[in-house]
Amino acid sequence: MEVAVFIVSAVVVLSGALGVLLARNPVHAALFLVQTLFGVAVLFVLLDATFLAAVQVMVYAGAIVILFLFVIMLLGVDRADDLGIEPIAGQRPLAAVVGMSLAGLLATVLLVAVDGLTGAPAGTPIGDAGDNTRRLGEALFTDMVFAVELTAILLTVAVVGAVALARRLSGPMQPLPVVAIAEVDDDPDEATGDDS
Amino acid sequence: MSDYLRNWLTLVVFGGVAVLLVGAFLGLGSLVRPSRQTSQKAVVYESGVDPQGDMWSQSNIRYYVFALMFVLFDVEAVFIFPWATRLEVYDVFGLVEMAIFIFILALGLFYAWRKGLLRWI
Amino acid sequence: MILAADPLLVDGIDLTVVLIVLLKAGVAFALLLVAVMLVIWFERKLISDMQNRIGPALAGPWGILQTLADGIKLFFKEDLLPTRADRVVFRLAPYLSIIPAFVAFAIVPVGGDFSDGGDGTVSMFGRSTFLQVADPPVGVLFFLALSAVAVYGVMLAGWSSGSKYPLLGSVRASAQMISYEAALGLAIATVFLSSGSLSTHDIVVGQSATTWNVLATGIVPFGIFLIAGTAELNRPPFDLVEAEQELVGGFHTEYSSIRFALFFLSEFMNMITMSAIAVTLFLGGPAGPIVTQRVAWVWPLFWFFLKVMAFLFTFVWLRATLPRFRYDQLMDLGWKVLIPAALGWFLLIATLDVAADLGWPTIPVVIVGVLVLWGGASLLSGAVRKAQAERLEEADRGADETAGSASGLGEA
Repeated sequence: MEVAVFIVSAVVVLSGALGVLLARNPVHAALFLVQTLFGVAVLFVLLDATFLAAVQVMVYAGAIVILFLFVIMLLGVDRADDLGIEPIAGQRPLAAVVGMSLAGLLATVLLVAVDGLTGAPAGTPIGDAGDNTRRLGEALFTDMVFAVELTAILLTVAVVGAVALARRLSGPMQPLPVVAIAEVDDDPDEATGDDS
Repeated sequence: MSDYLRNWLTLVVFGGVAVLLVGAFLGLGSLVRPSRQTSQKAVVYESGVDPQGDMWSQSNIRYYVFALMFVLFDVEAVFIFPWATRLEVYDVFGLVEMAIFIFILALGLFYAWRKGLLRWI
Repeated sequence: MILAADPLLVDGIDLTVVLIVLLKAGVAFALLLVAVMLVIWFERKLISDMQNRIGPALAGPWGILQTLADGIKLFFKEDLLPTRADRVVFRLAPYLSIIPAFVAFAIVPVGGDFSDGGDGTVSMFGRSTFLQVADPPVGVLFFLALSAVAVYGVMLAGWSSGSKYPLLGSVRASAQMISYEAALGLAIATVFLSSGSLSTHDIVVGQSATTWNVLATGIVPFGIFLIAGTAELNRPPFDLVEAEQELVGGFHTEYSSIRFALFFLSEFMNMITMSAIAVTLFLGGPAGPIVTQRVAWVWPLFWFFLKVMAFLFTFVWLRATLPRFRYDQLMDLGWKVLIPAALGWFLLIATLDVAADLGWPTIPVVIVGVLVLWGGASLLSGAVRKAQAERLEEADRGADETAGSASGLGEA
């Protein structure tokens, strides 16, 4: 049973991940990401980490991907990007190098540190599954206190960043640059609409 | 199979039945309803005139700010939950550290507030 | 206090257990669908009474079958797919909206004897079990996670329609829902303080042993939950999502036929689920006096439905009484009132709990706590007033400059 659930959720996770890479439409990619996150949540349930499973859906699917979707809508998704343009020079070779090294790292770990699929449980659990919320809390607020407070600071810094991005400039708004106005006039949808 | 997985299994069964039921509704609907499509029917509603311009427009950056603030408080809630279920073991030390945690995050909220980001108009 | 999981599932699964699980699921579905039908009728009838008109009266006795008639009518309506819609997502969105609404009800304990410290087990075909479909150890988080998923239904329905009104409506709706979800989560955190568990069943048991959470947490979180819940449901006065005067139908403008019915259904189902969750978290779930011993198992169900009805009545009452909020008022209420209040109250209750554990005298702690909160709140409101004054000044200056320049584009 466990193996069956694992295989199904692994397929869900991996197909979602592939979908993120291959989807042309950014909103579809975000939805595939949600699929992947759900698969990971099921994997957490399988490991009896119920709290983490719920948090996975609540925070990642419920907040982070919603944030992504807002950003996608902020940018306007219907404009298909020209994939021939590199916004940052040299990002493609760099991405290839980083990707290859990550893949190499993963392969090394799998080959060296794991002796294949044994099917045996990873270790003896220290408490029963219903208890893991409490145990997690105990670990967080005794040994990991410093990290928890750092998380709070990190999140606050993110807000400061958002403020810097989105703040209103004081004073009157500048008129639109001429180029932008010209673009609006050239809008093909409007040009074709000859009702007269 | 572990005890807890069984509890989740019940939920999966319940969710599966829900999906089937909704599917059955939609299937039944597609069997009995008429279909006389014309190109005019497939035009989106725009107060009775032909739709103008792009269909997917850009949204306001303020929505992004609120989504980010939501991430902040969602993560905060996630840290609070395990702490709240086991208050008695943390004592005064735990209380002080939670107060600091909430204070730092509240600073983020108040900063955005002070800078006028929570103002809609 | 950690309690065992549902005793039904602890020792092995045989045919009886499977049948009981299926029976519970089936009954829950039937109950939800019938309840939704009745709630729609109830709302229409009640709001008619409040507005001094008759409301549905022709289909069945007192018009009780009106919802069924409307539903059947919608089955026979043509289903339209806008040309500019994103086909896959457009079809997916109703599922994302209604499935969470169904599934969230699974964690609500609807019956069982919780009086005098009873743990709410009932026996059914010789097995003892809880009267809830499932009791995952993180039940309340499960509910929060599902309401997070429900945001996708709204957001994607609007986005995929490829039309302006739905898009505006869905972006607005999802921003509103996530804002109030934050307040909802923080209000629930206070419940965890007094119950010490995330499982809905344990929370109900904890309340039957002591007092209901609405008192144990000091009413404020209950009020926040109620307001945030109303906003999360997009119910009036927070129904900006489908503000007819501004957005036509909001995110479901382009939906027709049975797909529209699914959105409508999920809205009312969410209303029932939210009421049931509120009853579970704050009002002791099915707890209540057992009046007669002859059919003792009926009484918890009765009390549960009575409490849920009270919430449903409140939702309709709010709709009949209050005008719709403006969007900026909505966001202000969520971020500037509810969230700070929830956080402050959480800290206050936590301090009181710790003080009680350590044997500190209660009254001085309450006084100091309230003073600290009041000081914080007044500092905050002072800062806000100052900021507002500065902003007005700035705006005045900006207006002067704008009047001087030829652009004529003010700060929008």
